[in-house]
Amino acid sequence: MAGNELSDDGFIELDGVEKVFDVRRKAGFLRRERHRVRAVDGIGFRVGRGEMVGYIGPNGAGKSTTIKMLTGILTPSAGRLRVAGIDPSRERAGLAHRIGVVFGQRTTLWWDLPLRDSYGLVRRMYRVPEARYRANLDRCVELLDLGALLDVPVRQLSLGQRMRGDIAAALLHDPEVLYLDEPTIGLDVVSKAKVRGFLREVNAERGTTVLLTTHDLTDIEQLCERVMVIDHGRLVHDGGLAELHAAGESERTLVVDLERELPPIEDVPGARTVKVEGPRQWLAFGTGQSAAPIVAAVAERYPLVDLSVREPDIEDVIARMYAGGKGL
Amino acid sequence: MADALARARSVSGGLRAYGLIVAMWVRSTMAYRASFLMTTAGNFAASVLDFVAIMIMFSHIDRLGGFTLPEIALLYGATSTSLGLADLALGNMDRVGRRVRDGTFDILLVRPAPVVAQVAADRFALRRLGRVSQGLLVLGWGVARADVAWTPAKALFTAVTVIAGAGIFAAVFIAGAAFQFWAADASEVQNSFTYGGSTMLQYPPAVFARELVRGATFVVPLAFVNWIPVLRMLGRDDPLGLPGWVDFCGPGVALAMLTAAGLLWRVGLRNYRSTGS
Repeated sequence: MAGNELSDDGFIELDGVEKVFDVRRKAGFLRRERHRVRAVDGIGFRVGRGEMVGYIGPNGAGKSTTIKMLTGILTPSAGRLRVAGIDPSRERAGLAHRIGVVFGQRTTLWWDLPLRDSYGLVRRMYRVPEARYRANLDRCVELLDLGALLDVPVRQLSLGQRMRGDIAAALLHDPEVLYLDEPTIGLDVVSKAKVRGFLREVNAERGTTVLLTTHDLTDIEQLCERVMVIDHGRLVHDGGLAELHAAGESERTLVVDLERELPPIEDVPGARTVKVEGPRQWLAFGTGQSAAPIVAAVAERYPLVDLSVREPDIEDVIARMYAGGKGL
Repeated sequence: MADALARARSVSGGLRAYGLIVAMWVRSTMAYRASFLMTTAGNFAASVLDFVAIMIMFSHIDRLGGFTLPEIALLYGATSTSLGLADLALGNMDRVGRRVRDGTFDILLVRPAPVVAQVAADRFALRRLGRVSQGLLVLGWGVARADVAWTPAKALFTAVTVIAGAGIFAAVFIAGAAFQFWAADASEVQNSFTYGGSTMLQYPPAVFARELVRGATFVVPLAFVNWIPVLRMLGRDDPLGLPGWVDFCGPGVALAMLTAAGLLWRVGLRNYRSTGS
């Protein structure tokens, strides 16, 4: 991709986009209570061609609703939305040829058919030229390690295998933009690594624009230079991951198991003990810091049995952003 | 003009997508040929027993509602074939409600093909040919044995009747699927009109209450599937005393119902896309 195409040409553009749902709730034998839920409450951002952007937020924040509007599944209640200059809700079928979508929780493949048959149908439905299809499929098979799975019905695949199969299906027609809704949810470490490596490669080599939602901050760390955070239907952060951590003053946690119950550890520089439960203690330290000197200091002074390091999760980061009054 | 062109393209795109998905399911069915033959034979046998029950009834009576057994066979064969064809083509549309509930409906919306074609072709079951062939068999027997002087015009009229009947049932299937955008359990109501309606149509109108016959003519016009045209073939008047030209309205009724069902589907889809479920 040429450098100038990465500039702010606004391949995906949102201005003041809203999505309001009328929710009816049973409030008696025949009575229904109606109330309005603003799932997306005035969002605006631009994503340039070839960018890879993380779109994160707690459950129910409006991530999936945004993706559904970007793909044309849902019609926005207000605001302006364009993908490659097209209004997705009006020209859904036309846009379908240019986008790829992966829903982490639901497969886009045909449940009872082998992967190979599903792919053949995708090829015909999207009118992918035979040579192009061959090349794309071979590449996906190689990079996502699908060779042994092609003749297995989708329902017999494991979650990680199915996800790899789904990602391949979404890329057979050379989409310009790929939306992934929780592509690593429930995957084992090996599958996660494969998926991430593949996405990096697709983005780098073909210049495919990638927008992904996730709960796993490691996905963002390894894939995206830019991350957008949505909460209660509003964009609360748009920038790098480091700035997000800074804004949320997020901390990593070192969990140590000592040989016996001891008073809280206090003499380790750069860390403070936040919780003690019997022989187990929780030490918090900044995300910019290395865990190694802290582990060394604890091991030197205390009878250490076991330890683990926990990364901050997105809910904590956002909660702190609000607590610290640093939200936008 | 551009609008008409766009519509024509969307219709041909829909038919193409329908054909592609159907072909894939047929291929996957044929991978287990023995299983296909057994389920089709089972489907056929179950339908045959249905008519055998009527034949047994006729070992005690000569006429039912003014109809002899071969005449009943005309009624039965026509509706059974019509419903069989509609069921073969669109029988899985009642999965819409389930797809909306489990969220897989969204997947259909990101594919470059009309949603109605994808829903109709979903899990296309060739074994449903069993019902169609049984219907044709009974219809053929009725044609051979009933006291009708067959002419080419009457043969054509019969063929058109069966196809128009399939159109009427297809419209009920589509409308039933469309209602599932609002009420996920609407498929049971739709079943009472398709499968239930077809069972009703196997018997002559005279055995039912006049109000029911009226409802089946003017409200949900299932009477046009076979009652009205078969009475014409037999040269009898219908119990409601409708004018003669009404007998030829089957195709028109089918077209009108398909159009209405198509509009209802579009409204349902638009509603889904603005509410999310």
